[in-house]
Amino acid sequence: MNALGSLAPTAIPPDDEALRAPVRAFLAEAVAALPPQVRARSWSGYDPAFSRELGRRGWLGLTLPPQYGGAGRSPFARYVLVEELLNAGAPVGSHWIADRQSGPLILKYGTDEQKRHYLPPICRGESYFCIGMSEPNSGSDLASVRTRAVRTDRGWTLSGQKIWTTYAHGCHYMIALVRTSGDAQDRHQGLSQVIVDLSLPGVTVRPIRDQSGDSHFCEVFFDDVALEPEALIGEEGRGWEQVTAELAFERSGPERLYSSIVLFDTWLAFLRSGVETPSAVRLAGKIVAALAPLRALSVAVTGKLARGESPIVEAALVKDLGTSLEQFIPAAIADDLASREGQSVPMELLLTLDYLTQVAPSFSLRGGTRDILRGMIARGLGLR
Amino acid sequence: METAMDDLFTDALRRWLTDQCPPDRVRAIEAGESHASLWESLEDSGFADALLPEERGGAGLSLQQVFPLLELCGAHALPLPLGETLLARAALAVARIEPPRGSVTLGEAVATADGGVRCDRASGGRVADWVLTCIDDSALLLPVREAQVRGAVFPLDAALTWSAATTCGAARFDAALDIRALLACVHAAQIAGALMNVCNRTLQYANDRVQFGRPIGKFQAIQHQLAVMAEHVIAARMAAQIGCRGDPTQLDRSRVAVAKARASEAALEVAAAAHAIHGAIGFTAEFDLQLYTRRLHAWRQAAGAESYWHDVLGAELLRQPDGPAFDLPRRLTEFH
Ligand SMILES: Cc1cc2nc3c(=O)[nH]c(=O)nc-3n(C[C@H](O)[C@H](O)[C@H](O)COP(=O)(O)OP(=O)(O)OC[C@H]3O[C@@H](n4cnc5c(N)ncnc54)[C@H](O)[C@@H]3O)c2cc1C
Repeated sequence: MNALGSLAPTAIPPDDEALRAPVRAFLAEAVAALPPQVRARSWSGYDPAFSRELGRRGWLGLTLPPQYGGAGRSPFARYVLVEELLNAGAPVGSHWIADRQSGPLILKYGTDEQKRHYLPPICRGESYFCIGMSEPNSGSDLASVRTRAVRTDRGWTLSGQKIWTTYAHGCHYMIALVRTSGDAQDRHQGLSQVIVDLSLPGVTVRPIRDQSGDSHFCEVFFDDVALEPEALIGEEGRGWEQVTAELAFERSGPERLYSSIVLFDTWLAFLRSGVETPSAVRLAGKIVAALAPLRALSVAVTGKLARGESPIVEAALVKDLGTSLEQFIPAAIADDLASREGQSVPMELLLTLDYLTQVAPSFSLRGGTRDILRGMIARGLGLR
Repeated sequence: METAMDDLFTDALRRWLTDQCPPDRVRAIEAGESHASLWESLEDSGFADALLPEERGGAGLSLQQVFPLLELCGAHALPLPLGETLLARAALAVARIEPPRGSVTLGEAVATADGGVRCDRASGGRVADWVLTCIDDSALLLPVREAQVRGAVFPLDAALTWSAATTCGAARFDAALDIRALLACVHAAQIAGALMNVCNRTLQYANDRVQFGRPIGKFQAIQHQLAVMAEHVIAARMAAQIGCRGDPTQLDRSRVAVAKARASEAALEVAAAAHAIHGAIGFTAEFDLQLYTRRLHAWRQAAGAESYWHDVLGAELLRQPDGPAFDLPRRLTEFH
């Protein structure tokens, strides 16, 4: 059977499920008092103190080996943790990328020296990473990147520009996809990944404001930045394969289902205050009917990752379904609230809805656009 | 051991369906040809007792283990109520009633003013031997041969009415059988099977059909429609598996709601896209696609379409105290 029949109901092992209660108890103290329009930001919320507290509790780098400061646990444990964090609307943005993908990438491709250097502070919630893939002229067509690292006697010289880099202004390092040989016509050949210390001379970071008023992503300029030889992560020339593997981790997690969940919870609380209507009940049920199988699919993809598989097509299927639901929720809740008469809707609910209405378009852009994912799915189905 | 048993069953049923139930046979039975010998062969193979405990001559499979069987019935458009019979026999076994020979479908029914019973749409009623129904916590096993039979919209279904006399003589037992949920569970799994079949056929067609000098599957617009179709297929299949958990005679209504609601939504979308991609040929009686897409519509419309089950789930969610809403879908997707 093709990818369509390969995602079976998967149980989260009891040991991993057991993490849920302590995490939930901690979050009830730590974030429940924040207003929903703040919690709705979740993995766009930046809070180093919160990240360090998670690190102190041993909840960062959960899947990394203990020798590097991690907890040596399975991807299911991380799934449970992240599911709780996102549903609570915890501000996880500062450590998010490091914990989700940079740490595992360094573990997989790094030298022992790199692992010892980078991983322990990631696990302590002190060291934050960003993803340097997109450039002004390389969005979906990622293989066309022009930022270049040229070998010198003392390492590399980096020049070029990245854009849309989430929290570059609050991160210590970027893992950048750069050209180390050939030119844009060589496509997947000649690309490599380098770890860039963002405090180095020649690096300029400029935040960009999005339409909701937040500034989470940035332009990053490299003006002949001198990098050490060990800035290279993985193999020279294998950057494309490395990035592709990284994206499977990026696309399948619970963060592709729950981006609008704080709004959903807030709306349900409003309904329970005595203003439920038959159409609102029906809508709530429709969202649950979509969410339940999606959650099961996303756990099943985690099961594949836990077995060491690389479920790229499955992750794309789940991400496209998930982001569609995430975008449906604010649209449908807006219709419900705006179709009532003579009822006052709490301001916090309206602000949360307004925030999500404005950021919803990004759900199907970040991490690969909807069209790009559908193209990957089609290829996986044997259509190319 | 158990896994081995259900795999054996699944493989055996797949072979049986491939041999005994090709599209021509489905067409012939839909057109009125007798289904008796097909049922005999199925009965002899023991599939209909899969849910019964071994000491009662069954295979002792669990509901989740029969999901692949139900899915296969949908994928092959089996024109017999095997899925319904599986669940009905399990319910009869719990009530310590010896299942009768022959197939048993499940029917939502009402009492008539004169003491009889009316079932307006017995799923597979035209090809079933018995109907198991439940009125006011009293389950009734009614023989189809003694019913007054009228046609229903789908050719294998029937509208059945039993007189007061037949109703009086029927086997009856106390049980709060949730006929709608049982049927919804079966139909959701059948939809999942038919969706997979329709999706695979459509993929094949897109690779074969050439226009403008290349297979239509090379056009990005077609590729993206197929990608969306695939998303519906995996979501509905997972949903149907969520429905097939636990005790088959005490189904969890919320799980069934997820199953039937999501599968019904997918049925509509996938049938529409499949026909769009097949062009005119897909819409002919001679082409096999219609065998599956007509069933997708029939099963979507049976035992509650998506909105009915959305209402069930929404009411359940609103009964929960304030707190993370995802606890409900999480509970429904805990697999042990
Ligand atoms: C909130 C947010 C955070 C982000 N964070 C990061 C980050 O941290 N690091 C990073 O590197 N990037 C980041 N990105 C960038 C993101 O990866 C890109 O936006 C994405 O890859 C698309 O690139 P683009 O915006 O240039 O759009 P384009 O590639 O120009 O696409 C524009 C439109 O054309 C469509 N299109 C393009 N090619 C095709 C094709 N072959 N077939 C059909 N349609 C096509 C696209 O689907 C889209 O609809 C972020 C983006 C957002 C919105």
